[in-house]
Amino acid sequence: MDGLRKTYGPVTAVDGVSFTVGEGEIFGIIGPNGAGKTTTVECLSGLRVPDSGAIRVLGLDPQADRAELRQCVGVQLQEGSLPPKIKVGEILELFASFYAHPADPGELMDALGLAGKRGSYFRRLSGGLKQRLSIALALVGGPRIAILDELTTGLDPQARQDTWQLIERVRDRGVSVVLVTHFMDEAEELCDRVMLITGGRVAALDTPAGLAGHAGGGTHMRFVPTGPFAGQVLAALPEVTALERQGERITVSGNGDLVSAVMRALMAAGVEARDVQVESPSLDDAYLRLTRAAGHDPQGALRP
Amino acid sequence: MTTGTAIGGAGRVAGRARRGRAFGKLLQTEGKLAWRTPFGLGLGVVIPAFFLFIIGSVPAMRKPGPGTLTQFGAFIPVLIGMSLALIALIALPIPLVLNRDRGVLRRFATTPVAPSWLLAAQVVVNLALALMAIVIIVAGGALFFGVRLPSQPAGFVLSVLLAIAAMFAIGLLIAALCPSAAVAGAVGTVVLYPLLFFSGLWTPTADMSPFLRRLSGFTPLNAAVQAMRDAMQGTFPPARPLLVLAACAVICGALAVRYFRWE
Repeated sequence: MDGLRKTYGPVTAVDGVSFTVGEGEIFGIIGPNGAGKTTTVECLSGLRVPDSGAIRVLGLDPQADRAELRQCVGVQLQEGSLPPKIKVGEILELFASFYAHPADPGELMDALGLAGKRGSYFRRLSGGLKQRLSIALALVGGPRIAILDELTTGLDPQARQDTWQLIERVRDRGVSVVLVTHFMDEAEELCDRVMLITGGRVAALDTPAGLAGHAGGGTHMRFVPTGPFAGQVLAALPEVTALERQGERITVSGNGDLVSAVMRALMAAGVEARDVQVESPSLDDAYLRLTRAAGHDPQGALRP
Repeated sequence: MTTGTAIGGAGRVAGRARRGRAFGKLLQTEGKLAWRTPFGLGLGVVIPAFFLFIIGSVPAMRKPGPGTLTQFGAFIPVLIGMSLALIALIALPIPLVLNRDRGVLRRFATTPVAPSWLLAAQVVVNLALALMAIVIIVAGGALFFGVRLPSQPAGFVLSVLLAIAAMFAIGLLIAALCPSAAVAGAVGTVVLYPLLFFSGLWTPTADMSPFLRRLSGFTPLNAAVQAMRDAMQGTFPPARPLLVLAACAVICGALAVRYFRWE
């Protein structure tokens, strides 16, 4: 996707969003409400026509090649109910019949814990089960790309864990996943790369650890060395930004893959680290810092 | 080049077969839903059938009526018109609008199947209900109340088909324009009563004032009743009621297509 722009009347929802998702990658899109996340994935899935910008999905144009695109892209929408008296098994089999190479609805129901609900009416399902059905419908076409908007909103912790595992299994089959989420722990757990959108623009795009490391204030590592060594051994590392000695305890601050870099350097110097404590930067901190830097109240923004 | 075309051709054939199966599955599912929530079945089939038996049992209805028909024979097209109106104006648009409200159409938009297919399946299911009601009314009238079968079958079938087209077009226009199911229900009801009135459900058209009688000739349900009544008596319906129905179908249908909102 390159230079996506979409306005609704006077409101510019998305302005200049560009990114590329690799095969088998889980790509996260985070950002405050109304930042343009949903608009971005709606353009990606061909539900909305962008004002400008180029989108290629598996080499297809979402507008010109609608039919082929829909064969290989599964979409889970934020909203989207079903007729109250349709049964779980029926809707999955119906949707499976739309695709050239569908997944097996039975296997999908097993994987999502819906097997016992095959004959239940949609209106009788709890919020969590409706959400799982919605995920199942996004996957029933055997897609090469799954676009999931607010995957685990409304799920209990166990169901979230189960869903995350499912998404990883889906990815292991080579499916690329575009995941829109509000939950930083979800992005940290699942995503290979995360894009932060604020005010319709890309504020950051990196791995979750990279994003946290650069914007979240860095990693802090405390340890007690088993013997003396020259401070320069650590200070010279590119990952290290600060080095502090308090008695025999040493605190190293930095970013990137700090811990393993320090461990390797210490080993090379013939010293071991005891009593190691690591304080990792969190994606939460990075998120708050970046959204504030972009001039947005992370809670408050309104949807267009 | 040749193989490419052949593969493309085979792909297209496979795609067509798959789309055919998908639409069959969709029809089957919509049929089940129509049975589980028997809204259209109750309104469009059970209620007119109930009227058929109640009114048919009134002895005065056996007296001679207009032309070669008994009073009850002349009432049969009114019952058919009532069934068509209830199905097309109430039972058809409300679930369509509900599907849009609930985001079902949007969900279909993400699949290879267009949301218009869902709409088409719902139209087909309601057509089946309408045909079922017509068969029950005509056959019930003939079996139990001695109403002769239409003596001009071709004219009768043509009248029925045009009546269905006209009424369904009005219903689809309601679905196209109404922003919510509640509004669609209200509009459908507001349109329903005058049409039923002019069809002669409560007051025979012959008893209306000359102005109302002339006006009623331009309403689709009255035109449908006139056309069916002529066909029942053995004369091919005149052009005017058929043209009124055709015009209604074309105008409302075109407007519905033009203004239908998918979201």
